Amino acid sequence: MGSIIVKVENVVKSFKDVKVLTGVNLEIEEGKITTIIGKSGTGKSVLLKNIIGIMKPDSGKIFFKDSEITAMTGIELLAVRKNIGYLFQDAALFDFMTVAENISFPLVEQLGIEKQSELKEKVEKLLDLIELPGIENKFPSELSGGMRKRVGLARAIAVEPKIVLFDEPTTGLDPILAESIDKLIEKVNKDLNMTCIVISHDIASTFRRADKIAFLYEGTIQFFGSPEEALKSKHAVLKQFISNSFRPLETE
Amino acid sequence: MKIFDTIGKFVVNTYKDTWKLIVFVKEIFKWMLVPPYRFNQIAEHIEKIGIQSIIIVSLSTFTTGMIIGLQLVNIMRLLGAQTFAGAGVAISMSREFAPVITAIVLIAKNGSSMTAEIGSMKVTEQIDAMETMAVSPLRYLVIPRIFASIIAFPALTALANVVGVFGGYVASVYVMQVNAVFYSKTMFFWVDADDIVTGIIKAFVFGFLITAICCYHGLKTKGGAKGVGESTTRAVVISTVSILIADYIMTYIFITFFGL
Repeated sequence: MGSIIVKVENVVKSFKDVKVLTGVNLEIEEGKITTIIGKSGTGKSVLLKNIIGIMKPDSGKIFFKDSEITAMTGIELLAVRKNIGYLFQDAALFDFMTVAENISFPLVEQLGIEKQSELKEKVEKLLDLIELPGIENKFPSELSGGMRKRVGLARAIAVEPKIVLFDEPTTGLDPILAESIDKLIEKVNKDLNMTCIVISHDIASTFRRADKIAFLYEGTIQFFGSPEEALKSKHAVLKQFISNSFRPLETE
Repeated sequence: MKIFDTIGKFVVNTYKDTWKLIVFVKEIFKWMLVPPYRFNQIAEHIEKIGIQSIIIVSLSTFTTGMIIGLQLVNIMRLLGAQTFAGAGVAISMSREFAPVITAIVLIAKNGSSMTAEIGSMKVTEQIDAMETMAVSPLRYLVIPRIFASIIAFPALTALANVVGVFGGYVASVYVMQVNAVFYSKTMFFWVDADDIVTGIIKAFVFGFLITAICCYHGLKTKGGAKGVGESTTRAVVISTVSILIADYIMTYIFITFFGL
Protein backbone atom coordinates (compact mmCIF):
# COMPACT_ATOMS: atom_id res chain seq x y z
CA MET A 1 0.00 0.00 0.00
CA GLY A 2 1.29 3.44 -0.99
CA SER A 3 1.48 6.41 1.33
CA ILE A 4 -1.73 8.22 2.23
CA ILE A 5 -1.98 11.69 0.67
CA VAL A 6 -5.51 12.61 1.81
CA LYS A 7 -7.22 11.34 4.92
CA VAL A 8 -10.85 12.07 5.74
CA GLU A 9 -11.83 11.36 9.34
CA ASN A 10 -15.45 11.13 10.42
CA VAL A 11 -16.57 14.16 8.40
CA VAL A 12 -20.10 15.41 8.99
CA LYS A 13 -21.73 18.13 6.89
CA SER A 14 -25.31 19.40 6.97
CA PHE A 15 -27.20 22.07 5.07
CA LYS A 16 -29.86 23.51 7.37
CA ASP A 17 -31.71 20.39 8.55
CA VAL A 18 -30.45 18.05 5.84
CA LYS A 19 -27.52 15.88 6.87
CA VAL A 20 -25.52 15.18 3.71
CA LEU A 21 -22.38 13.59 5.12
CA THR A 22 -22.92 11.74 8.39
CA GLY A 23 -19.43 10.47 9.13
CA VAL A 24 -17.22 9.95 6.10
CA ASN A 25 -13.94 8.10 6.55
CA LEU A 26 -11.66 7.75 3.57
CA GLU A 27 -7.97 7.34 2.82
CA ILE A 28 -6.59 8.28 -0.58
CA GLU A 29 -3.39 6.59 -1.68
CA GLU A 30 -0.74 8.69 -3.39
CA GLY A 31 -0.37 8.13 -7.13
CA LYS A 32 -3.64 6.23 -7.55
CA ILE A 33 -6.97 6.97 -9.21
CA THR A 34 -9.71 6.78 -6.60
CA THR A 35 -13.25 7.06 -7.89
CA ILE A 36 -16.13 8.01 -5.64
CA ILE A 37 -19.45 6.65 -6.83
CA GLY A 38 -22.93 7.01 -5.40
CA LYS A 39 -26.43 8.16 -6.16
CA SER A 40 -27.03 11.75 -7.25
CA GLY A 41 -27.41 14.11 -4.30
CA THR A 42 -25.54 11.91 -1.83
CA GLY A 43 -22.87 14.54 -1.21
CA LYS A 44 -20.00 13.48 -3.47
CA SER A 45 -19.30 17.04 -4.65
CA VAL A 46 -19.72 18.27 -1.08
CA LEU A 47 -17.02 15.81 -0.01
CA LEU A 48 -14.63 17.10 -2.72
CA LYS A 49 -15.31 20.71 -1.73
CA ASN A 50 -14.54 19.82 1.87
CA ILE A 51 -11.29 18.17 0.82
CA ILE A 52 -10.09 21.31 -0.96
CA GLY A 53 -11.36 23.53 1.85
CA ILE A 54 -13.91 25.68 0.02
CA MET A 55 -16.49 24.16 2.37
CA LYS A 56 -15.96 23.48 6.06
CA PRO A 57 -17.31 20.31 7.65
CA ASP A 58 -19.53 20.63 10.72
CA SER A 59 -17.26 18.14 12.45
CA GLY A 60 -14.47 15.74 11.56
CA LYS A 61 -10.99 16.26 10.17
CA ILE A 62 -9.39 16.24 6.74
CA PHE A 63 -5.64 15.91 6.30
CA PHE A 64 -3.43 16.62 3.30
CA LYS A 65 -0.36 14.56 4.13
CA ASP A 66 0.30 15.66 7.73
CA SER A 67 -1.42 19.04 7.55
CA GLU A 68 -4.96 19.30 8.84
CA ILE A 69 -6.90 21.23 6.18
CA THR A 70 -9.96 21.59 8.41
CA ALA A 71 -7.94 23.49 11.02
CA MET A 72 -6.58 26.01 8.52
CA THR A 73 -7.83 29.43 7.54
CA GLY A 74 -6.72 32.29 5.29
CA ILE A 75 -3.23 32.27 3.86
CA GLU A 76 -2.40 28.85 5.34
CA LEU A 77 -5.32 27.27 3.51
CA LEU A 78 -4.46 29.06 0.26
CA ALA A 79 -0.94 27.63 0.51
CA VAL A 80 -2.19 24.03 0.82
CA ARG A 81 -4.54 24.51 -2.13
CA LYS A 82 -1.51 25.04 -4.35
CA ASN A 83 -1.06 21.27 -4.12
CA ILE A 84 -4.57 20.52 -5.29
CA GLY A 85 -6.15 21.00 -8.72
CA TYR A 86 -9.91 20.93 -9.18
CA LEU A 87 -11.93 20.28 -12.30
CA PHE A 88 -15.48 21.51 -11.78
CA GLN A 89 -18.52 19.78 -13.21
CA ASP A 90 -19.12 22.66 -15.64
CA ALA A 91 -15.40 23.51 -15.83
CA ALA A 92 -16.06 26.94 -14.18
CA LEU A 93 -13.82 28.74 -16.66
CA PHE A 94 -13.65 32.51 -16.19
CA ASP A 95 -16.02 33.71 -18.88
CA PHE A 96 -14.35 37.13 -19.19
CA MET A 97 -10.98 35.58 -20.02
CA THR A 98 -9.72 33.78 -23.12
CA VAL A 99 -8.59 30.16 -22.99
CA ALA A 100 -4.95 31.28 -22.75
CA GLU A 101 -5.76 33.70 -19.92
CA ASN A 102 -7.72 31.02 -18.08
CA ILE A 103 -4.82 28.57 -18.25
CA SER A 104 -2.29 31.29 -17.41
CA PHE A 105 -4.30 32.38 -14.37
CA PRO A 106 -2.88 29.84 -11.88
CA LEU A 107 0.57 30.16 -13.45
CA VAL A 108 0.58 33.90 -12.79
CA GLU A 109 -1.23 33.85 -9.45
CA GLN A 110 0.36 30.79 -7.87
CA LEU A 111 3.78 30.54 -9.49
CA GLY A 112 4.24 34.26 -10.14
CA ILE A 113 5.23 33.73 -13.78
CA GLU A 114 4.90 37.04 -15.58
CA LYS A 115 7.10 36.59 -18.63
CA GLN A 116 4.75 36.42 -21.61
CA SER A 117 6.98 34.08 -23.65
CA GLU A 118 7.15 31.59 -20.77
CA LEU A 119 3.39 31.73 -20.24
CA LYS A 120 2.76 31.27 -23.96
CA GLU A 121 5.02 28.25 -24.08
CA LYS A 122 3.36 26.63 -21.06
CA VAL A 123 -0.16 27.29 -22.38
CA GLU A 124 0.76 25.77 -25.77
CA LYS A 125 2.17 22.70 -24.04
CA LEU A 126 -0.97 22.23 -21.96
CA LEU A 127 -3.22 22.71 -24.97
CA ASP A 128 -1.22 20.05 -26.80
CA LEU A 129 -1.65 17.73 -23.83
CA ILE A 130 -5.44 18.11 -23.93
CA GLU A 131 -5.33 17.82 -27.73
CA LEU A 132 -6.81 21.24 -28.40
CA PRO A 133 -3.97 23.25 -29.96
CA GLY A 134 -4.64 26.70 -31.39
CA ILE A 135 -7.64 27.74 -29.27
CA GLU A 136 -5.71 30.22 -27.11
CA ASN A 137 -7.75 33.24 -28.15
CA LYS A 138 -11.20 31.72 -27.92
CA PHE A 139 -13.57 32.60 -25.09
CA PRO A 140 -15.28 29.85 -23.05
CA SER A 141 -18.64 30.74 -24.64
CA GLU A 142 -17.19 29.73 -28.02
CA LEU A 143 -16.27 26.22 -26.82
CA SER A 144 -18.33 23.03 -26.65
CA GLY A 145 -18.98 21.31 -23.31
CA GLY A 146 -16.23 18.76 -23.90
CA MET A 147 -13.72 21.42 -24.92
CA ARG A 148 -14.55 23.48 -21.84
CA LYS A 149 -13.92 20.48 -19.59
CA ARG A 150 -10.59 19.82 -21.26
CA VAL A 151 -9.55 23.45 -20.90
CA GLY A 152 -10.69 23.24 -17.27
CA LEU A 153 -8.42 20.24 -16.87
CA ALA A 154 -5.50 22.09 -18.44
CA ARG A 155 -6.05 24.91 -15.95
CA ALA A 156 -6.36 22.48 -13.04
CA ILE A 157 -3.03 20.80 -13.80
CA ALA A 158 -1.16 23.91 -14.97
CA VAL A 159 0.81 24.31 -11.75
CA GLU A 160 1.46 20.57 -11.52
CA PRO A 161 -0.44 19.90 -8.30
CA LYS A 162 0.03 16.70 -6.36
CA ILE A 163 -3.67 15.81 -6.48
CA VAL A 164 -6.38 16.58 -9.01
CA LEU A 165 -10.04 16.41 -8.00
CA PHE A 166 -12.49 15.71 -10.83
CA ASP A 167 -16.15 16.50 -10.23
CA GLU A 168 -18.15 14.40 -12.69
CA PRO A 169 -15.76 14.99 -15.58
CA THR A 170 -17.77 13.02 -18.14
CA THR A 171 -21.33 13.95 -17.20
CA GLY A 172 -23.25 15.36 -20.14
CA LEU A 173 -20.71 14.26 -22.74
CA ASP A 174 -21.22 11.78 -25.54
CA PRO A 175 -19.44 8.41 -25.13
CA ILE A 176 -16.56 9.32 -27.44
CA LEU A 177 -15.85 12.61 -25.67
CA ALA A 178 -16.28 10.88 -22.31
CA GLU A 179 -13.69 8.32 -23.37
CA SER A 180 -11.26 11.08 -24.37
CA ILE A 181 -11.66 12.72 -20.94
CA ASP A 182 -11.10 9.35 -19.27
CA LYS A 183 -7.90 8.92 -21.25
CA LEU A 184 -6.78 12.36 -20.16
CA ILE A 185 -7.37 11.44 -16.51
CA GLU A 186 -5.27 8.34 -17.04
CA LYS A 187 -2.56 10.44 -18.72
CA VAL A 188 -2.58 12.91 -15.82
CA ASN A 189 -2.23 10.03 -13.39
CA LYS A 190 0.32 7.88 -15.17
CA ASP A 191 2.43 10.37 -17.15
CA LEU A 192 2.31 13.33 -14.76
CA ASN A 193 2.23 11.25 -11.57
CA MET A 194 -0.70 13.08 -10.05
CA THR A 195 -3.08 11.46 -7.61
CA CYS A 196 -6.62 11.61 -8.97
CA ILE A 197 -9.89 11.65 -7.06
CA VAL A 198 -12.77 11.31 -9.46
CA ILE A 199 -16.50 11.58 -8.88
CA SER A 200 -18.28 9.64 -11.54
CA HIS A 201 -21.58 8.14 -12.55
CA ASP A 202 -19.91 6.33 -15.42
CA ILE A 203 -19.55 2.89 -13.83
CA ALA A 204 -18.08 1.21 -16.89
CA SER A 205 -15.30 3.77 -17.10
CA THR A 206 -14.78 3.60 -13.35
CA PHE A 207 -14.13 -0.12 -13.55
CA ARG A 208 -11.70 0.39 -16.42
CA ARG A 209 -9.59 3.15 -14.91
CA ALA A 210 -9.94 3.31 -11.13
CA ASP A 211 -7.41 1.78 -8.78
CA LYS A 212 -9.83 2.17 -5.88
CA ILE A 213 -13.56 2.68 -5.66
CA ALA A 214 -15.36 4.38 -2.78
CA PHE A 215 -19.13 3.97 -2.57
CA LEU A 216 -20.86 6.85 -0.81
CA TYR A 217 -24.31 5.99 0.45
CA GLU A 218 -26.49 7.54 3.14
CA GLY A 219 -23.75 9.94 4.17
CA THR A 220 -20.97 7.42 4.72
CA ILE A 221 -18.47 5.45 2.65
CA GLN A 222 -20.03 2.00 2.67
CA PHE A 223 -17.51 0.30 0.43
CA PHE A 224 -13.86 1.01 -0.30
CA GLY A 225 -11.70 -1.30 -2.34
CA SER A 226 -10.45 -2.31 -5.77
CA PRO A 227 -12.81 -2.74 -8.75
CA GLU A 228 -12.47 -6.51 -8.40
CA GLU A 229 -13.50 -6.29 -4.75
CA ALA A 230 -16.42 -4.05 -5.69
CA LEU A 231 -17.69 -6.70 -8.09
CA LYS A 232 -17.62 -9.27 -5.30
CA SER A 233 -19.17 -6.93 -2.70
CA LYS A 234 -22.30 -8.14 -0.94
CA HIS A 235 -23.57 -4.59 -0.31
CA ALA A 236 -27.09 -4.71 -1.74
CA VAL A 237 -27.23 -1.13 -3.06
CA LEU A 238 -23.72 -1.26 -4.52
CA LYS A 239 -24.58 -4.56 -6.24
CA GLN A 240 -27.70 -2.97 -7.69
CA PHE A 241 -25.71 0.12 -8.69
CA ILE A 242 -23.19 -2.01 -10.57
CA SER A 243 -25.62 -4.49 -12.11
CA ASN A 244 -27.89 -1.71 -13.41
CA SER A 245 -24.92 -0.04 -15.07
CA PHE A 246 -23.85 -3.21 -16.86
CA ARG A 247 -27.30 -4.59 -17.65
CA PRO A 248 -27.67 -5.18 -21.39
CA LEU A 249 -30.49 -3.48 -23.27
CA GLU A 250 -33.68 -5.42 -23.20
CA THR A 251 -34.72 -6.67 -26.63
CA GLU A 252 -38.03 -8.00 -27.82
CA MET B 1 -49.04 37.62 15.67
CA LYS B 2 -47.78 36.97 12.17
CA ILE B 3 -46.77 40.59 11.78
CA PHE B 4 -44.58 40.39 14.92
CA ASP B 5 -43.02 37.20 13.58
CA THR B 6 -42.23 38.96 10.28
CA ILE B 7 -40.81 42.04 12.03
CA GLY B 8 -38.75 39.83 14.36
CA LYS B 9 -37.27 37.87 11.46
CA PHE B 10 -36.52 41.09 9.58
CA VAL B 11 -34.70 42.58 12.59
CA VAL B 12 -32.69 39.38 13.21
CA ASN B 13 -31.76 39.03 9.52
CA THR B 14 -30.79 42.70 9.24
CA TYR B 15 -28.63 42.38 12.34
CA LYS B 16 -26.94 39.24 11.00
CA ASP B 17 -26.40 40.79 7.55
CA THR B 18 -24.99 43.99 9.01
CA TRP B 19 -22.61 42.05 11.21
CA LYS B 20 -21.41 39.95 8.25
CA LEU B 21 -20.91 43.14 6.23
CA ILE B 22 -18.82 44.63 9.06
CA VAL B 23 -16.64 41.50 9.09
CA PHE B 24 -16.33 41.78 5.29
CA VAL B 25 -15.28 45.44 5.55
CA LYS B 26 -12.69 44.46 8.17
CA GLU B 27 -11.30 41.90 5.70
CA ILE B 28 -11.19 44.60 3.00
CA PHE B 29 -9.14 46.90 5.25
CA LYS B 30 -6.77 44.03 5.98
CA TRP B 31 -6.20 43.14 2.32
CA MET B 32 -5.93 46.80 1.25
CA LEU B 33 -2.69 46.98 3.19
CA VAL B 34 -1.18 43.88 1.60
CA PRO B 35 0.80 44.35 -1.62
CA PRO B 36 1.10 43.56 -4.51
CA TYR B 37 -1.49 45.97 -5.85
CA ARG B 38 -3.02 45.07 -9.19
CA PHE B 39 -2.47 48.40 -10.95
CA ASN B 40 -3.72 47.13 -14.34
CA GLN B 41 -6.99 46.00 -12.82
CA ILE B 42 -7.32 49.20 -10.80
CA ALA B 43 -6.78 51.27 -13.97
CA GLU B 44 -9.34 49.16 -15.83
CA HIS B 45 -11.95 49.76 -13.13
CA ILE B 46 -11.12 53.47 -12.93
CA GLU B 47 -11.85 53.63 -16.64
CA LYS B 48 -15.20 51.82 -16.15
CA ILE B 49 -16.29 53.69 -13.04
CA GLY B 50 -14.70 57.04 -13.77
CA ILE B 51 -14.10 57.82 -17.41
CA GLN B 52 -17.13 55.98 -18.76
CA SER B 53 -19.36 57.81 -16.26
CA ILE B 54 -18.29 61.34 -17.13
CA ILE B 55 -21.19 62.04 -19.49
CA ILE B 56 -23.95 60.58 -17.32
CA VAL B 57 -22.63 62.24 -14.15
CA SER B 58 -22.25 65.57 -15.97
CA LEU B 59 -25.75 65.36 -17.38
CA SER B 60 -27.27 64.48 -14.00
CA THR B 61 -25.47 67.17 -12.04
CA PHE B 62 -25.92 69.83 -14.71
CA THR B 63 -29.67 69.24 -14.54
CA THR B 64 -29.60 69.17 -10.73
CA GLY B 65 -27.68 72.47 -10.70
CA MET B 66 -30.24 74.01 -13.04
CA ILE B 67 -33.15 72.84 -10.86
CA ILE B 68 -31.54 74.20 -7.68
CA GLY B 69 -30.79 77.46 -9.52
CA LEU B 70 -34.40 77.86 -10.61
CA GLN B 71 -35.80 77.09 -7.17
CA LEU B 72 -33.38 79.31 -5.27
CA VAL B 73 -33.83 82.29 -7.56
CA ASN B 74 -37.57 81.82 -7.35
CA ILE B 75 -37.55 81.83 -3.52
CA MET B 76 -34.87 84.47 -3.03
CA ARG B 77 -36.56 86.82 -5.44
CA LEU B 78 -39.28 87.19 -2.80
CA LEU B 79 -36.61 88.61 -0.48
CA GLY B 80 -34.93 90.57 -3.23
CA ALA B 81 -31.81 88.47 -2.77
CA GLN B 82 -31.78 86.50 -5.99
CA THR B 83 -28.09 87.18 -6.60
CA PHE B 84 -27.36 85.01 -3.55
CA ALA B 85 -28.66 82.05 -5.52
CA GLY B 86 -25.12 81.62 -6.87
CA ALA B 87 -23.77 80.97 -3.40
CA GLY B 88 -26.74 78.72 -2.61
CA VAL B 89 -26.21 76.63 -5.71
CA ALA B 90 -22.46 76.29 -5.20
CA ILE B 91 -22.66 75.44 -1.49
CA SER B 92 -25.49 72.94 -1.86
CA MET B 93 -23.83 71.35 -4.87
CA SER B 94 -20.39 70.99 -3.32
CA ARG B 95 -21.58 69.89 0.14
CA GLU B 96 -24.51 67.66 -0.75
CA PHE B 97 -25.79 67.31 -4.26
CA ALA B 98 -22.55 66.64 -6.14
CA PRO B 99 -21.44 63.71 -3.92
CA VAL B 100 -24.96 62.29 -3.45
CA ILE B 101 -26.13 62.56 -7.07
CA THR B 102 -22.79 61.18 -8.30
CA ALA B 103 -23.07 58.29 -5.85
CA ILE B 104 -26.64 57.48 -6.87
CA VAL B 105 -25.73 57.55 -10.56
CA LEU B 106 -22.73 55.29 -9.90
CA ILE B 107 -24.81 52.86 -7.83
CA ALA B 108 -27.18 52.48 -10.76
CA LYS B 109 -24.43 52.27 -13.36
CA ASN B 110 -21.51 50.51 -11.65
CA GLY B 111 -22.68 49.18 -8.29
CA SER B 112 -25.39 47.10 -9.91
CA SER B 113 -22.97 45.73 -12.51
CA MET B 114 -20.42 44.85 -9.79
CA THR B 115 -23.04 42.77 -7.96
CA ALA B 116 -24.31 41.18 -11.15
CA GLU B 117 -20.79 40.35 -12.43
CA ILE B 118 -19.56 38.88 -9.16
CA GLY B 119 -22.93 37.23 -8.49
CA SER B 120 -22.98 35.43 -11.83
CA MET B 121 -19.39 34.31 -11.21
CA LYS B 122 -20.57 32.95 -7.85
CA VAL B 123 -23.48 30.94 -9.22
CA THR B 124 -21.37 29.47 -12.04
CA GLU B 125 -18.70 28.33 -9.53
CA GLN B 126 -16.08 30.72 -10.94
CA ILE B 127 -15.54 32.15 -7.45
CA ASP B 128 -15.06 28.63 -6.07
CA ALA B 129 -12.65 27.93 -8.93
CA MET B 130 -10.64 30.99 -7.97
CA GLU B 131 -10.43 29.78 -4.39
CA THR B 132 -9.33 26.31 -5.46
CA MET B 133 -6.45 28.00 -7.29
CA ALA B 134 -5.33 29.58 -4.04
CA VAL B 135 -6.51 33.04 -5.06
CA SER B 136 -8.62 35.05 -2.65
CA PRO B 137 -11.69 36.37 -4.54
CA LEU B 138 -11.75 39.30 -2.14
CA ARG B 139 -8.22 40.22 -3.08
CA TYR B 140 -8.63 39.62 -6.80
CA LEU B 141 -12.14 40.96 -7.41
CA VAL B 142 -12.98 43.34 -4.57
CA ILE B 143 -9.78 45.20 -3.64
CA PRO B 144 -9.06 46.61 -7.15
CA ARG B 145 -12.68 47.81 -7.36
CA ILE B 146 -12.38 49.45 -3.93
CA PHE B 147 -9.19 51.32 -4.92
CA ALA B 148 -10.73 52.35 -8.23
CA SER B 149 -13.87 53.63 -6.51
CA ILE B 150 -12.09 55.67 -3.85
CA ILE B 151 -10.18 57.37 -6.66
CA ALA B 152 -12.99 57.72 -9.21
CA PHE B 153 -15.80 58.82 -6.90
CA PRO B 154 -14.01 61.94 -5.57
CA ALA B 155 -12.73 62.79 -9.05
CA LEU B 156 -16.22 62.57 -10.53
CA THR B 157 -17.62 64.53 -7.60
CA ALA B 158 -15.13 67.32 -8.28
CA LEU B 159 -16.30 67.35 -11.89
CA ALA B 160 -19.93 67.25 -10.74
CA ASN B 161 -19.29 70.36 -8.62
CA VAL B 162 -18.08 72.34 -11.59
CA VAL B 163 -20.79 71.12 -13.95
CA GLY B 164 -23.56 71.55 -11.35
CA VAL B 165 -22.51 75.08 -10.53
CA PHE B 166 -22.41 75.85 -14.25
CA GLY B 167 -25.93 74.39 -14.59
CA GLY B 168 -27.11 76.65 -11.76
CA TYR B 169 -25.47 79.63 -13.48
CA VAL B 170 -27.15 78.88 -16.81
CA ALA B 171 -30.61 78.54 -15.22
CA SER B 172 -30.20 81.59 -12.97
CA VAL B 173 -28.59 83.96 -15.44
CA TYR B 174 -30.05 82.95 -18.79
CA VAL B 175 -33.47 81.65 -17.73
CA MET B 176 -34.26 83.67 -14.60
CA GLN B 177 -32.34 86.78 -15.75
CA VAL B 178 -30.22 87.20 -12.60
CA ASN B 179 -27.32 89.62 -12.97
CA ALA B 180 -24.32 87.50 -13.96
CA VAL B 181 -21.66 89.60 -12.23
CA PHE B 182 -23.44 89.76 -8.86
CA TYR B 183 -24.35 86.10 -9.12
CA SER B 184 -20.69 85.10 -9.59
CA LYS B 185 -19.39 87.55 -6.96
CA THR B 186 -21.70 86.25 -4.21
CA MET B 187 -20.81 82.72 -5.19
CA PHE B 188 -17.05 83.25 -4.91
CA PHE B 189 -17.48 85.27 -1.72
CA TRP B 190 -19.51 82.68 0.17
CA VAL B 191 -18.05 79.41 -1.08
CA ASP B 192 -14.78 78.32 0.56
CA ALA B 193 -12.50 75.31 0.51
CA ASP B 194 -14.35 73.62 3.40
CA ASP B 195 -17.47 73.27 1.28
CA ILE B 196 -15.54 71.49 -1.43
CA VAL B 197 -13.42 69.37 0.91
CA THR B 198 -16.41 68.04 2.88
CA GLY B 199 -18.08 67.00 -0.38
CA ILE B 200 -14.95 65.23 -1.58
CA ILE B 201 -14.56 63.40 1.76
CA LYS B 202 -18.17 62.26 1.45
CA ALA B 203 -17.50 60.99 -2.09
CA PHE B 204 -14.49 59.05 -0.83
CA VAL B 205 -16.60 57.35 1.86
CA PHE B 206 -19.48 56.71 -0.56
CA GLY B 207 -17.10 55.09 -3.05
CA PHE B 208 -15.83 52.70 -0.42
CA LEU B 209 -19.27 51.97 1.03
CA ILE B 210 -21.05 51.36 -2.27
CA THR B 211 -18.31 49.09 -3.61
CA ALA B 212 -18.12 47.10 -0.38
CA ILE B 213 -21.91 46.62 -0.24
CA CYS B 214 -22.25 45.71 -3.92
CA CYS B 215 -19.31 43.28 -3.91
CA TYR B 216 -20.52 41.73 -0.65
CA HIS B 217 -23.95 41.03 -2.13
CA GLY B 218 -22.35 39.66 -5.29
CA LEU B 219 -20.22 37.24 -3.30
CA LYS B 220 -23.15 35.95 -1.27
CA THR B 221 -25.39 35.35 -4.28
CA LYS B 222 -27.18 32.01 -4.31
CA GLY B 223 -29.28 30.27 -6.93
CA GLY B 224 -29.22 30.95 -10.65
CA ALA B 225 -30.22 33.98 -12.68
CA LYS B 226 -33.03 34.75 -10.21
CA GLY B 227 -30.49 34.86 -7.38
CA VAL B 228 -28.30 37.28 -9.33
CA GLY B 229 -31.29 39.55 -9.95
CA GLU B 230 -32.32 39.49 -6.30
CA SER B 231 -28.79 40.22 -5.10
CA THR B 232 -28.46 43.12 -7.51
CA THR B 233 -31.74 44.67 -6.40
CA ARG B 234 -30.80 44.23 -2.73
CA ALA B 235 -27.35 45.76 -3.30
CA VAL B 236 -28.78 48.81 -5.09
CA VAL B 237 -31.44 49.42 -2.43
CA ILE B 238 -29.07 48.95 0.51
CA SER B 239 -26.33 51.09 -1.09
CA THR B 240 -28.76 53.93 -1.79
CA VAL B 241 -30.18 53.94 1.74
CA SER B 242 -26.69 53.55 3.24
CA ILE B 243 -25.21 56.55 1.47
CA LEU B 244 -28.09 58.74 2.61
CA ILE B 245 -27.63 57.60 6.22
CA ALA B 246 -23.85 58.00 5.93
CA ASP B 247 -24.38 61.46 4.44
CA TYR B 248 -26.49 62.54 7.42
CA ILE B 249 -23.95 61.17 9.91
CA MET B 250 -21.01 62.84 8.15
CA THR B 251 -22.85 66.16 7.82
CA TYR B 252 -23.68 66.04 11.54
CA ILE B 253 -20.04 65.29 12.42
CA PHE B 254 -18.67 68.04 10.15
CA ILE B 255 -21.05 70.63 11.55
CA THR B 256 -21.02 69.60 15.22
CA PHE B 257 -17.42 68.60 15.80
CA PHE B 258 -15.46 70.48 13.16
CA GLY B 259 -17.64 73.54 12.61
CA LEU B 260 -17.48 73.01 8.86
